[in-house]
Amino acid sequence: MRYNNTKVYDVIIIGGGATGAGTARDCAMRGLSTLLIERYDFTAGATGRNHGLLHSGARYAVTDQESATECIIENRILRKIARHCVEDTGGLFITLPEDDLNYQQKFVDSCTLAGIPTETISPREALILEPSVNPALIGAVKVPDGAVDPFRLTTANVIDAKMHGAEIITYNEVIGFLKKGTQITGVRYRSSLNGTEGVAQSKIVINAGGIWGAGIAQLAGVKINMFPAKGSLLIFGHRVNNMVINRCRKPANADILVPGDTICLIGTTSDRVPYDQIDRMEVTADEVDILMREGQLLAPELARTRILRAYAGVRPLVASDDDPSGRSISRGIVCLDHSERDGLDGFITITGGKLMTYRLMAEWATDMACKKLGIDAKCETATTPLPGSEEVKEVKRKRRQRAKQYIKDFSYGRYGKKSHVIELSTEQKAAAERHGTLSKRIVNKNYGDEALVCECEQVSVGEVNYAIEELHVHNLINLRRRTRMGMGTCQGGICACRAAGILGRAGGCPQESLKDLKVFIGERWKGMSPVAWGETLEEMQFMAWLYQGVGGIDLKQ
Amino acid sequence: MKFDTIIIGGGLSGLISGIISAKKGKRVAIISTGQSALHFSSGSFELLSKENNPLKAIDSLPASHPYSKIGASRVSELANKVPELLSEAGVAVTGSAESNHLNITPLGKIKTGWLTLNDFLTFETMTDLKGQKAEIINIKGYFDFYPEYIALALRKLEVEAKAQTITISELERLRKNSTEMRASNIARALEGKSLEHFATELNRIISPTTDFVLMPAVIGLANEKPLDTLRSRLKCPVYFIPTMTSSVPGIRTQLQLVTHFEKLGGKFILGDTVTDGIIENGKLRSISTSNLGDNVLSADNFILATGSFFSKGLKSNFDKVYEPVFDLKINYLEHRSEWYNDDSYAPQPYMNFGLTIDGDFHPIYEDKAVENMYAVGSVIGGCNPLAEGCGAGVAILTAMHVAEKIS
Repeated sequence: MRYNNTKVYDVIIIGGGATGAGTARDCAMRGLSTLLIERYDFTAGATGRNHGLLHSGARYAVTDQESATECIIENRILRKIARHCVEDTGGLFITLPEDDLNYQQKFVDSCTLAGIPTETISPREALILEPSVNPALIGAVKVPDGAVDPFRLTTANVIDAKMHGAEIITYNEVIGFLKKGTQITGVRYRSSLNGTEGVAQSKIVINAGGIWGAGIAQLAGVKINMFPAKGSLLIFGHRVNNMVINRCRKPANADILVPGDTICLIGTTSDRVPYDQIDRMEVTADEVDILMREGQLLAPELARTRILRAYAGVRPLVASDDDPSGRSISRGIVCLDHSERDGLDGFITITGGKLMTYRLMAEWATDMACKKLGIDAKCETATTPLPGSEEVKEVKRKRRQRAKQYIKDFSYGRYGKKSHVIELSTEQKAAAERHGTLSKRIVNKNYGDEALVCECEQVSVGEVNYAIEELHVHNLINLRRRTRMGMGTCQGGICACRAAGILGRAGGCPQESLKDLKVFIGERWKGMSPVAWGETLEEMQFMAWLYQGVGGIDLKQ
Repeated sequence: MKFDTIIIGGGLSGLISGIISAKKGKRVAIISTGQSALHFSSGSFELLSKENNPLKAIDSLPASHPYSKIGASRVSELANKVPELLSEAGVAVTGSAESNHLNITPLGKIKTGWLTLNDFLTFETMTDLKGQKAEIINIKGYFDFYPEYIALALRKLEVEAKAQTITISELERLRKNSTEMRASNIARALEGKSLEHFATELNRIISPTTDFVLMPAVIGLANEKPLDTLRSRLKCPVYFIPTMTSSVPGIRTQLQLVTHFEKLGGKFILGDTVTDGIIENGKLRSISTSNLGDNVLSADNFILATGSFFSKGLKSNFDKVYEPVFDLKINYLEHRSEWYNDDSYAPQPYMNFGLTIDGDFHPIYEDKAVENMYAVGSVIGGCNPLAEGCGAGVAILTAMHVAEKIS
């Protein structure tokens, strides 16, 4: 990716998770010239490794009113601006015989105080609403939880940031900062693909690196005390529950079961890990044991449901600045003005928080950047729908406008006629779910575009090509995050080689594409190993047979 | 119903056991659920693919290895009989147990093999094909074949390669449905008249200076006739490359073996699953199946050829590995965290899991060998078929060894 290295951006954002992408969108919408730099791929960190829970805030109501209030506000906002990323499943907080039923009242009162609507229902009603719930329950409260797809959400923010003029580069790691006296004036970066180095200049740098933000701050010469907390989750092969199921007790291990697309997820465990381990997150057999044991208490059916894979993410917990011992931890949003805090001008760190509050975090960071730049522009991200979630009327208007433009450009035949979809096929419907109104951009313009690459998730050749052309796809893992290719029951066994073929052709280097295929399959196995029993073990052995036996990918001896 | 021998499992191992037993004049039945590992076969059988001379390496294998249980000299004796055994069934193969040969995988790797179906290109050294001109032909709209990877392999072999696609109207029909363009569907479409069209079109597009054509193995599902037809029509030799998702040559091999078994008088019971059996005083008396209900099947001897995990001959759950039909004793590591290796590309311990057997291939039930029962093929474990490259060899040779021994 090339961009202008003599240009001085208003702001450079480091990190392509939800927060970074959201900040890029906010900055760009407020007219700041913006560059986002991501070390690997969008959503490669904690954004892509959580529950995908659209929190109502109820989980935090008793222990952290501030977080609870932020969550319910953002919950309502995301339902409007990110319709195509959100599913309104509703949620239950259940009390089991081993829990204290008195906690339920305290919970309901705290929710009310935070502005979270609740409805206490009888166990019988709960079973009717959500038949998979543990029938032994003794209490249930309904809350407005939902599911949110973090991959889609981040991609939509990236697309919108670009539409507003932001420049985005992935696979480039910030390796140092440019400074003039106490002022940060830009970053030095290195390509994670080929090692090429470069510089980019800006007035402000926003560190949105999540847990990796501590390392980034260190490069700038400031210290942030972060405590990596590993959270492991299991993904089940089908959707056991239709509502989010939580335990009505103090937040603990493995007490949330979230439905999402065709699957459901149980999580999380929570363990402090050393900072030098944050790039090597592997789920252990013991963690799987905890998740299975606790998960079955929410929905007994999980004991008989196939597990697709296990994965772990790292929460960026930040030590409060006023506590030198580092024991007091802020679970809320932390927005640091390093000019005030450390005397380092032009540097902001936005961290802590959670996926739910990514937009608010972006707003805080952008507010701070605007103030430093002396720009007076209002935040509009809470009211402007993300691309893919616009009202259909608006999309139609835009499409008409675009069509007119193409007629002007004599290219009507390429986009105008063919993008006119008369009847939606299954894969088009699946694509519409994934990309919202943007799915109209998946034009089956070439021979064979309708053919399916991934049968589990109904991803067509056309969708793969759209992702390669427009969604920063460099490899199979990127493609999986953009399209869900390889996320289904075969875990990529059948579709990865097909997609590698297409990607290899687009990239023109079959040798690289073979390496990529090997990495992708290896990554799928990593997630399957800790849950390798029953059908998952069968699938793994089948994949090994295909890729190593038939395909001849070598094993280490 | 009473048989001399009943074989549970209709994959490579079960069919070879069945053919040997039937040739000895036994009344034999094979019970098969349908699909087997052959449906995903590379079309190349391995004996010990990591060794230059597989037969010489047998002596140094651990005692628990199925080959060691057969015995080194017996392994060579049996291995040398395999090409003829397969050819009697119409399965034509190239290769020898004394020295592995090379072939090209769908991902463009050069791999060693013991016996390879004649469909495929085989060669002895990396320079055998040097200087030749090849054309890689894919079917338009077929996504399970990767000409770019094959070109990589040819470059290593110093073969000059060119890639093209081909289509005919009969194949265009398949493309209308987004999931129809698959190996076995193409094979069904490329027979008779359409195969003639295909041959004509192929002859038209390949250049006169081409030494050989490589294309995906999507021809000849039921028998080798379409392959012979294509070969006779083309102006240069044609070889096939296995496909990853399902294997037309593998399915054909299975069908040929079944047909041969039936010709020898064997009874192939398709689409049924053995559900349980009665083991008394160290003998398996009878077995029940899903379809037969209360009618049990009995035999003097039983051969268990049910395969490994993905064939469902072995099963596992949260805390154990078990044999699902008879609850026979399994040799596996107790703690689940030891079943797998964190490094995906290191040999995986679960691959070695399988039935505990005595020196005569009898499985163990309640600490006692079942004397009229034998286990063959990948259900017995004791080796890592992928790391050692011995999957088909173990399947074929254990089957021959046991079936020849049963009186």
